[in-house]
Amino acid sequence: MRHLMSPLDLTVEELDKLLDLANDIEKFPEKYAHACDGKRIATLFYEPSTRTRLSFEAAMMNLGGKVLGFSSANSSSAAKGESVSDTIRMVSCYADICAMRHPKEGAPLVASMVSRIPVINAGDGGHQHPTQTLTDLLTIRSLKGRLGNLTIGLCGDLKFGRTVHSLIEALVRYTGIRFVLISPEELRVPDYIREDVLRSNGVPFEEVIRLEDALPKLDLLYMTRVQRERFFNEDDYVRMKDFYILDSAKMKLAGPDMLVLHPLPRVNEISTEVDADPRAAYFRQVQYGVYVRMALILTLLEVNV
Amino acid sequence: MLNVGAIEEGFVLDHIKAGKSMTIYHDLKLDKLDCCVAIIKNARSNKMGKKDIIKVECPVDMMNLDTLGFIDHNITVNVISKGEIIEKKVLKLPKKIVNVIRCRNPRCITSIEQELDQVFLLTDPGKEVYRCMYCEEKYRGMRNK
Repeated sequence: MRHLMSPLDLTVEELDKLLDLANDIEKFPEKYAHACDGKRIATLFYEPSTRTRLSFEAAMMNLGGKVLGFSSANSSSAAKGESVSDTIRMVSCYADICAMRHPKEGAPLVASMVSRIPVINAGDGGHQHPTQTLTDLLTIRSLKGRLGNLTIGLCGDLKFGRTVHSLIEALVRYTGIRFVLISPEELRVPDYIREDVLRSNGVPFEEVIRLEDALPKLDLLYMTRVQRERFFNEDDYVRMKDFYILDSAKMKLAGPDMLVLHPLPRVNEISTEVDADPRAAYFRQVQYGVYVRMALILTLLEVNV
Repeated sequence: MLNVGAIEEGFVLDHIKAGKSMTIYHDLKLDKLDCCVAIIKNARSNKMGKKDIIKVECPVDMMNLDTLGFIDHNITVNVISKGEIIEKKVLKLPKKIVNVIRCRNPRCITSIEQELDQVFLLTDPGKEVYRCMYCEEKYRGMRNK
């Protein structure tokens, strides 16, 4: 039995297989409509997350399975002081697989150590969010046709953004990847990403402040939100939140095939006028999130179609 | 120089950084053992200038060498039998240490679930980096440096 805690739990070969399955699901959804008949997923969400929870639930329903769970710690037995280990032992009796979101880092790992069913980390604090990374990889591979030989711009909060860190760690395993890291001085990537992930893997990268300087050379722009909860000082947040706003004028600087991705939710960093641009891929990315979660559920449940 | 008698059966921890012997005494839980323990502080050393030494009269397998390797892998462990040194154990950085140090990340699951073991894994032997098994936060506390 396997669990998924980090995107790096999967080898490049396993990842390719998973993404192939997701693409097959995209092409022939009816083939998979009853693949999980009689199976249940438990979505154990100790903190609210509309998109991720609904995506898991939609994925299981698309496979013919059923869904149970809770969407906040207040509505679960955690409010009575139950440990994660006890909760998963109980849930193992009710469901065949579970997706867990928890504000504390490592909680899904604790669950996986005693669970009788596969556990998927659906986000643990600022630590890992592997299914977002799988979603990003599937989107890139499906729309660009490859995961190597790409110049990728990452823009916004590169210091606290876990999706950015996970994506970098996943992409450095492919050849011909270059990064342009676009952030204000205060929100640059942490040292360990620069040293232990980028430099130690010999991946070329540059760090720039102006988005306009980077746009013409990118195959892909990954935008992120500056999160208020990461700042101790409201003034710093207000100053940073409007640092990067992608609008139609800036999009004119980009190439005709450059894709724009965003893990969502956005606040104001992408103007709504960009939504109609064919290069805006962030809503298609949400759809790919469902396909990749369907593929993941099938893989972890060892269901062959 | 102060003389402490030789031991018949047990082990001698030599080349402990001066001043660290009491920390090691507690970390190895030697205070829990019902046997003779001698702690020598600030002994003269050609190599180190000053050093601490701990002598313990008990079987060497009663000691957690992983813990000692984590604290300072430059310590020499001499195993004594019938008054003679029969073996010098080489300490290595352990791949995993359990319940020796605590994760200080307030967002870690161990901060709210106190019954969990505190487990750290050696993730970069070259740089001697240990990370919490749960949240992967780097251990930034002092070892014996």
